[in-house]
Amino acid sequence: MEGRPFNDISYEQFLSEDKLMGSRCQKCGVLFVPPRSICIKCYGSEMEWVEMKGKGKLAAFTCIAIGPPFMIKEGYDRKHPYVCGVVGLEEGARVVARIEGVDGNKPETIKIGTPLEVEFLHSGEGENSTTFLAFRPS
Amino acid sequence: MRGRRKLGRGVAVVGAGMSKFGMFSDKDSKYLFAEAFHEMLSTVDKGIDPKDIDALYLGNFTNDFFVHQGHWGPIISDLLGLTPKPATRTEGACASSALAFREGVFAIASGFYDVVLVGGVEEMSKRSTEEVTQGLAMAASPYEVKAGFTFPGVFGAMATAYFARYGASREHLMNVTIKSHNNARLNPKAQFNVSIRDIMNQRIEKAKNKGEPVPAWRDEKEFLRDPRANPVVAWPMHLYDCCPISDGASCVLLVAEKIAKDFTDNPLYVVGIGQGSGKGLHAKEDLTYFEATRYAAQEAYELSGLKPKDVQIAEVHDCFSIAEILHIEDLGFFKPGEGYKAVEEGLTRLDGSKPINTSGGLKCKGHPVGATGTGQLVEIWKQLRGEAGERQVPIKDLRVGATQSLGGTGGTCTLTILERR
Ligand SMILES: [Zn+2]
Repeated sequence: MEGRPFNDISYEQFLSEDKLMGSRCQKCGVLFVPPRSICIKCYGSEMEWVEMKGKGKLAAFTCIAIGPPFMIKEGYDRKHPYVCGVVGLEEGARVVARIEGVDGNKPETIKIGTPLEVEFLHSGEGENSTTFLAFRPS
Repeated sequence: MRGRRKLGRGVAVVGAGMSKFGMFSDKDSKYLFAEAFHEMLSTVDKGIDPKDIDALYLGNFTNDFFVHQGHWGPIISDLLGLTPKPATRTEGACASSALAFREGVFAIASGFYDVVLVGGVEEMSKRSTEEVTQGLAMAASPYEVKAGFTFPGVFGAMATAYFARYGASREHLMNVTIKSHNNARLNPKAQFNVSIRDIMNQRIEKAKNKGEPVPAWRDEKEFLRDPRANPVVAWPMHLYDCCPISDGASCVLLVAEKIAKDFTDNPLYVVGIGQGSGKGLHAKEDLTYFEATRYAAQEAYELSGLKPKDVQIAEVHDCFSIAEILHIEDLGFFKPGEGYKAVEEGLTRLDGSKPINTSGGLKCKGHPVGATGTGQLVEIWKQLRGEAGERQVPIKDLRVGATQSLGGTGGTCTLTILERR
């Protein structure tokens, strides 16, 4: 884990291992999720991997009725909207993710500030496998 | 107060034209640009010999993907008989031609050229909605795309953050939509030049003719609340919160200020230009504004020595209804959290104190992405010269107008300020 480059490829690999990882600047301590290989505060390049606890709060959301092809393939459509959101992690950084366990047809029941817990959605097999970062109300 | 940036020499707009915006199965990029160019030529009061154009800057975003041709600079240059003069394509997603304009201004301000054509073109409607969605997603942050966000989704999410902080609601967004349609009704170039009321009447008429149950909408908001008339796209963005898929082209002619009067007695001077870049949704410090727009605005205000209150009218990038509210706050026209109230009070209407999107905006005029930035300038050109016809704003001594563009989900933002002297 230590040797992996601080980039999106590693970030995705970690997600497939049920880990939400960020990079922390060893010089100034700033945390980046998804990881950056260069610190944009002090421009140091010494990073270390940090695993997030996976707890956060909903900062913004949308219920999508007309999605991209890969979401339509998953069975989402106008009658079955899915929810995407911005999640503020306990560690301070924010991530964009799918929001599970809420009703996309009832947006008025989805509240900003709702405490959430991470979930990893594994999809596809072999070369086509991918993991979607998700959260659900805790 | 003027800032540290300055233009090497003055630049003026002396002509502006656009094609009709819409969905055209029989018009391609070349045809559309020719239409815009032809209109532009007719607006140069004292005439222009196209052979005097020194260079072309052309904004385009998706033609690589949709038309499988990316090299549009020379194609349009050849179309207009401008070869071998240089042609450069600019890409800034939905702000592509705003960047073309900026590059054109720099090229003249540097002293290198005297006469520059800037414009944009986009050809989108021949593709399926899925393909267009996928193509436009090329301008979003990769993290957003992976999470399943669409463009309306990103703006929908920002709307929920804005609602939660300032107590606004979907009802307030409807005010933007109703106003845009009322303005576009007076714009023959608009893709939807009908008011919401017109659309309601058409639907009622149709239902009557077919012998179907007649909808009982009492006003525009009841129509917009009706999920059959206005279905959700990405909550809280509904169909009537979103700009359409469009084809179109637009262009403006820039010349050095010292020769502007050779072309017209009524040029518009480029007094402010600004551009900023922005981060993806997850990395934004705040979900209720665009840092890049604020930066672009500051740059343009500093260059011009003008303040937000000095800008009398503006075309802003209302790709989604919430965006118009965020932009009029980011440009300093209204305080953060006050934009939706200003719209509700009618301040941004054609007859308001700060008319916004008199053309109907992207929502109704249409949004052929590469053509939008200079398309906005065409509207300001008409308004400042008193040539906007039925939709001419009734402001006395109208001198200063602005256009604001936003590319992607806030990745590229610009502000341009024009002045009539
Ligand atoms: Zn650092």
